[in-house]
Amino acid sequence: MARVVVDVMLKPEILDPQGQAVQRALPRLGFEGIADVRQGKRFELEVEGPADDAALARIREMAETFLANTVIEDFTVRVEAGS
Amino acid sequence: MTARIGVVTFPGTLDDRDTQRAVRVAGAEAVPLWHRDKDLKQVDAVVLPGGFSYGDYLRAGAISRFSPVMESVIAQAKDGMPVLGICNGFQVLTETHLLPGAMLRNESLHFVCREQKLRVENAATAWTTDYAAGQEISVPLKNIDGRYVADARTLDMLEAEGRVAFRYLAEGEAAEGYGNPNGSLRDIAGITNEAGNVVGLMPHPEHAVEPLIGTGRTDGLGFFTSILKKLVNA
Repeated sequence: MARVVVDVMLKPEILDPQGQAVQRALPRLGFEGIADVRQGKRFELEVEGPADDAALARIREMAETFLANTVIEDFTVRVEAGS
Repeated sequence: MTARIGVVTFPGTLDDRDTQRAVRVAGAEAVPLWHRDKDLKQVDAVVLPGGFSYGDYLRAGAISRFSPVMESVIAQAKDGMPVLGICNGFQVLTETHLLPGAMLRNESLHFVCREQKLRVENAATAWTTDYAAGQEISVPLKNIDGRYVADARTLDMLEAEGRVAFRYLAEGEAAEGYGNPNGSLRDIAGITNEAGNVVGLMPHPEHAVEPLIGTGRTDGLGFFTSILKKLVNA
């Protein structure tokens, strides 16, 4: 079993009001010095076989068509170390 | 003979019954369609109603887009079948890429539920011929993921091709239904595809078809009478 992580983030030019709300709450909670917050999604996929090139290609296809909406989001795919 | 208009129910759809009623009030036959059924029962047009299909999990409309019924809807929409997506239905249509752009969380982060003033910008689509271009209408609006976004090139293309079908009336008092309720770019409330058969919008015309309920206005009925006329005259 290998674990593959897909991170999905809004594209930089897309307004992220949820991230902004988190950022605005930080000083009130005593967390200073954070200039910006962007909120995204993380998917942890447990692959049944090895995370080889073929498996990663399928996961990229999955991210492109389903996990991310590439009109508004970018994604990265990586194999988690130690898996 | 009248037209048969399908209304899709996904798990989590809320407005299917109101939409069926609006179809009947306009004089057409409403045909319930089930999300797991590829068979469109030979309907002449399809409405994807509002709600929270599949709990809005992942992204609003993202999972519904891959349901069996949508396979048929997408294929037939590409062949010219009229499709109207209202609210969650609009979100589904952007996820299918039948309509460009995407819907995101409201800029205010609040769920907005109110009467909303709109301008019909394109009265030539399959769903808008009973309106006049530039006509101002007022229908209910209720959403949290209603912020329409697309890149500047896509927005310019939509404007140049007259494909911004409805715009929020941004200037005026919020209490009277004016203003951009969700931060949609260029005040876009709804758009159409190039052929004019696929239309999506966030506000809810199906909730404004009878004088007895709501604000007493029937400004939404034109969507359903437009499509009926088109289908019966076809």
